[in-house]
Amino acid sequence: MKSAQSRIKSISNAKYGYLFALPFVIAYLIFHFYPTIYTTVLGFTDCQGLNNTEWHLLKGNLFENFQRILTNKSFINSVKNTVIIWIMNFIPQITLAMLLTAWFTARRITVKGQGFFKVIFYMPNIITAATIAILFHALFAYPTGPVNDLLVRNGIIEASYNFYVKKVAAKILVAFIQFWTWYGYTMIILISGVLGISPDIYEAADIDGANGMQIFFRITIPNLKTVLLYTLVTSLIGGLNMFDIPKLFLNGGPDNSTKTASVFIYEQAFAGKYLYNRAAAASMLMFVVIAICSAILFYLMRDKDAAALAKLKKQERKAAKKRGTGLQGGF
Amino acid sequence: MSKTTYDEPKSAKGPLYYAYKVFQYVFLLILAAISVMPFVIMIVNSTRNTSQIESHAVSLIPSHYLLQNFKILGGKAFNPWVGFMNSVIVSAGATICTVYFSTMTAYAIVAYDWKLKKPFFTFIMCVLMIPAQVTSIGMYQFMYSIGMTNKLIALILPAIAAPSTVFFMRQYMYSSLPMEILQSARIDGAGEFRIFNQIALPMMKPAMATQAIFAFVSSWNNLFLPLILLTDKAKFTMPIMVSQLNGDIYKTEYGAVYLGLLLTVLPLFVIYFLLSKYIIAGVALGGVKE
Repeated sequence: MKSAQSRIKSISNAKYGYLFALPFVIAYLIFHFYPTIYTTVLGFTDCQGLNNTEWHLLKGNLFENFQRILTNKSFINSVKNTVIIWIMNFIPQITLAMLLTAWFTARRITVKGQGFFKVIFYMPNIITAATIAILFHALFAYPTGPVNDLLVRNGIIEASYNFYVKKVAAKILVAFIQFWTWYGYTMIILISGVLGISPDIYEAADIDGANGMQIFFRITIPNLKTVLLYTLVTSLIGGLNMFDIPKLFLNGGPDNSTKTASVFIYEQAFAGKYLYNRAAAASMLMFVVIAICSAILFYLMRDKDAAALAKLKKQERKAAKKRGTGLQGGF
Repeated sequence: MSKTTYDEPKSAKGPLYYAYKVFQYVFLLILAAISVMPFVIMIVNSTRNTSQIESHAVSLIPSHYLLQNFKILGGKAFNPWVGFMNSVIVSAGATICTVYFSTMTAYAIVAYDWKLKKPFFTFIMCVLMIPAQVTSIGMYQFMYSIGMTNKLIALILPAIAAPSTVFFMRQYMYSSLPMEILQSARIDGAGEFRIFNQIALPMMKPAMATQAIFAFVSSWNNLFLPLILLTDKAKFTMPIMVSQLNGDIYKTEYGAVYLGLLLTVLPLFVIYFLLSKYIIAGVALGGVKE
């Protein structure tokens, strides 16, 4: 057990623990926590108009902003768009990432130049999303953009196609850009997940005579479950906040078909009538959804062994308490 | 990919095996081309003028209009130097804040015993995923009321609290910060701040470098917060400058638009091709939180 001296030392050291954590706590309270509370409060006020800082809590119906937002067709539509675009990006993204992971981690038929391919596939992820949105806007331009140029010159289509006036085409393009920026990232996460699986399991499978397909579907995928769920949830949270690409690619158009929830919130607050209160209410609704997703992720990623150990200790303590307090003092 | 080819054992390298191999590499090369082509077109077209691009938008042969495009670009709303300098100030400032203070926070968790340590770390885990975007309205109102809009410092100071970096640094510290060294420094009479700055910090260098790259890139690429906080043209960061390239004033200046895009990502290309190995290793590390 600790002597009196070391006890004093650890107590005096505790002071430094608080001291070193202080900058983080202060910055968090000012720049993250306070704005969160502020946003929540604004959702219940009449705060509107450019740079208006005078506001009052709503009299009468306190939840008016939330009700207005939930019945706002444009908001409902933007949430739908967000989910549709996210799904259209995520399904091909995870499929392709899985295929590449299977190839790059296969032990019988190895792929050469993996380092090169990884560097290339990941590259779009590091480039500014704003730049990518405008770059793709230029690439798919009508009538003389590079994509139309390629398609017409190679005789795939007869005349240039205007991607920017068709609702479905615009949605698919936004989803494609998202897919194109993120599949490399997902692939690297999955590969590192596979490399984390114990080689013993694979050896056992080899000895049992399993083939490549069996190994992938019966061993790799079940062992990758947590990583896959991690990818799903982080991608969902990111997708719910999709802003840069839909905003800059077609500014939410044509006919609001690529307007996402974040673009909607931005337009409510920083354009037109500057409806800060409505935007705040919409933000809070999104916040709740994201918090739920985070909670799921937190639950999935928790340290299972530590949690089990803590539970065991708690039970022991309870049992000890039942037996009487005399025992604890004995040590 | 058919079932039979995938299962092909190594011993029997029949024609099926080679067909599978060829298919695999062709697929990978096409994918690589799709990833690279937009950037190649961007680079080549930044050297061509409008009429060249209009007649053939895709070409792999650079032309000689780079300087002219640069003049067109600078003659209008786009001021690459101002944007570049602002972005450098914000990104460098935010990176230093994120890395230094996150390491400090992680050190507080790893090196000391204090009562609220556990709840504090649980809290960090909880807010790890919450994006800045959902609280932006309150952020804007708050910054406006204290007169911080149009100040670059408003984009730097929030970086002091970076939960995900703290999380990463804590993981790294647990495995590679020997407590005995800190203890012996203590016995030698070094103060706690000196121990942190002169002993712990240098030992964390590899992890700090990885996190610095990510902090820098994500700050450089940030559009949302600068877009709502900055309205003064002289304070615009690169991503906001880029968003202006979609405007009407550049409608027919194709070459200039491509050049503007190229200028915004040039630093990223340099960083990426110098450090891609570390970046990819860093991504892989961040994903496996088990």
